[in-house]
Amino acid sequence: MRRIISILMENEPGALSRVVGLFSQRNYNIDSLTVAPTEDQSLSRLTLITSGDEARIEQITKHLNRIIDVVKLVDLTGGAHIERELMLIKLKATGARRAEVLRTVEIFRGQVVDQTDSTYSIQLTGTSEKLDGFLAAISDCKVLEVARTGVTGISRGTKVLAI
Amino acid sequence: MTGERTEQAELLSGGEMLIRALRDEGVKIIFGYPGGAVLHIYDAIFHQDHVEHILVRHEQAATHAADGYARATGKAGVVLVTSGPGATNAITGIATAYMDSVPLVVISGQVESRMVGTDAFQETDMVGISRPIVKHSFIARNAAEIPLLVKKAFHIATTGRPGPVVIDIPKDTTDPRVKAPYVYPSEISMRSYSAPEKGHPGQIRKAVDALLHAKRPMLYSGGGVIQGNAAEAVTRLARLLGYPITNTLMGLGGFPASDPQFVGMLGMHGTYEANMAMHYCDVLLCAGARFDDRVTNSDVKKFCPDATVVHIDIDPASISKTVTADIPIVGAVASVFEDMIAEIERSKAKPDADTLKIWWDQINRWREKDSLRIPEPENGLIKPQQVVKLVHEMTGGDAYVSSDVGQHQMFAAQYYGFDRPRRWINSGGLGTMGFGLPAAMGAQFAFPDAVSVCITGEGSFLMNMQEFATCMQYQLPIKVICLNNQALGMVKQWQDMQYGGRYSHSTYAESLPDFVKLTESFGHVGIRISRPEELRDKLTECFALKDRLVFVDVLVDPDEHVYPMAIKGGAMKDMILSKTERT
Repeated sequence: MRRIISILMENEPGALSRVVGLFSQRNYNIDSLTVAPTEDQSLSRLTLITSGDEARIEQITKHLNRIIDVVKLVDLTGGAHIERELMLIKLKATGARRAEVLRTVEIFRGQVVDQTDSTYSIQLTGTSEKLDGFLAAISDCKVLEVARTGVTGISRGTKVLAI
Repeated sequence: MTGERTEQAELLSGGEMLIRALRDEGVKIIFGYPGGAVLHIYDAIFHQDHVEHILVRHEQAATHAADGYARATGKAGVVLVTSGPGATNAITGIATAYMDSVPLVVISGQVESRMVGTDAFQETDMVGISRPIVKHSFIARNAAEIPLLVKKAFHIATTGRPGPVVIDIPKDTTDPRVKAPYVYPSEISMRSYSAPEKGHPGQIRKAVDALLHAKRPMLYSGGGVIQGNAAEAVTRLARLLGYPITNTLMGLGGFPASDPQFVGMLGMHGTYEANMAMHYCDVLLCAGARFDDRVTNSDVKKFCPDATVVHIDIDPASISKTVTADIPIVGAVASVFEDMIAEIERSKAKPDADTLKIWWDQINRWREKDSLRIPEPENGLIKPQQVVKLVHEMTGGDAYVSSDVGQHQMFAAQYYGFDRPRRWINSGGLGTMGFGLPAAMGAQFAFPDAVSVCITGEGSFLMNMQEFATCMQYQLPIKVICLNNQALGMVKQWQDMQYGGRYSHSTYAESLPDFVKLTESFGHVGIRISRPEELRDKLTECFALKDRLVFVDVLVDPDEHVYPMAIKGGAMKDMILSKTERT
């Protein structure tokens, strides 16, 4: 089962390595990870994707909570939520291909953020599934480079992760 | 931290602040070894006499000694080591304390801040290396924050599920030329850390209800009962209900071994009756234990198949980690037990006497197996179990007993019979050979007038024997009882049982030192015992030498095995009872 866990932690040196270290120590997976300070500079928000059955996820959240630097966390997948990932992709596009790529970018509501005679750099935001869908749609093109941020997310409604 | 007192606050260097903060924290003794990165701190130690520093002979021993001190007293043990090899030598001791949830504060020197990351002389990333084996760690950024880090370190190490905390201190932050106002915070609160205390009342009611309606109840208590000072509460609850109780290796002394309700230790080398009662129980109350694989045997699906499991632990991550709890209770064991006792007394309910009698009759039939009977000595050889029994007798069963790891550890656990908590000091989780002697030092420093015994084997003893020098320097009258079977006994036992008796690198009889001469060369007393008939007299002689360290080299039957022993892959009821008998 895929889970999105969002963590508020002390913005201290070493905090990130404690979280990441836990996953390798206890043989849990991290599929993606994104972290940055919040509006309160003393806190960072880390969002990660992991997978496992109910018991495993329970252990993961308990062990995360045990880390002294972790202030609070939420399993976003436990309720309605919004998730987003950003992807920058550079691909080779020449001749008739160029128009075709632009059409696909438009369908996926992406933006061309840079271009040369032979390449397009495209920015795309959405769920990971949507980004995967875009990659499938342009699979005929030569992809030169892909940079994805990993998923971040927030609960729907009035529910918040804050202290 | 209060700022108002800054005006009158004394100006101290970082090194002085560290020692002053330890003193303000109530620390009387620290175990350490000097080196370049901590010399400013050692100079601060030189200028005061409130905190006593014990010079060990290896940093691993400093951590084990502080660990032994912590286990015997319940207070945090404190360690001071230098950077690089000083820090890495401390690692085994930190891991030992972490696995057994022992409160330690380990202060490690670090190269100067500006040198960090340059592969400087004696530089190592202590916070990185120790990260998976500490409860938390800090790096001091400047002198002024040292008191706060010390306060936080003790708070974290000693509350909740205890554990080791590292404070890494770069040399420049202790520079005697740089002074800052010293303020020791009287209290600490951390938004990201709070220790659970009371258990959930609804869960406690459910647990009490399950216990009172049990047909075949079983109480199983572990190291958390010792660490959480809950032995008295556990004992009262067990007696109130009249139920059978077992202790884990870490939990021995949590309930008096001499009490008829005690069915012995459980697990891999537990008694027949304890393991049978575990397997067939219908309600299992687990308190401060973690269903270790040395208890449950390898296949948890076969563990206590009929039991409703109540699990009390201060650490939520321990609950339902390996065995799913039907009634989980997160809280301090002592507080939860007090609430359970109050609930039972309030409800005025009692367990059904007839049902309980049927269960006790069954347990007493299992007891008749007498699974810890000591085999008759053969070929004039001493049985190691006899030695432990005699040590119990001669110390009135009330010594601080440390052990190393292997057969002797199991014999000590099975045969000493601990009636009180904090008397049994052993490395249960990590299983660290070399733990015993320095841990016995820690207990002896904590209680100078008590009897501190180290039951060891010749293999383990050789791993930290340099501490004999420390024992001489501080005149520690420890009694080291070495069950010398001239082999790595537990390895050899497994090789006998699973590898057709092929003793791959587990024997070394021809190269053992003369332990009596070795002991004497350090200035201590050495005694050798090789025949059963001289055992009593010579052990008496050993314990009569009250102010001397005595090493007793007892040559024991090299072919003795530890029994009972769990059958790999089986349930708790599946045991090997002797070289010829299985369940």
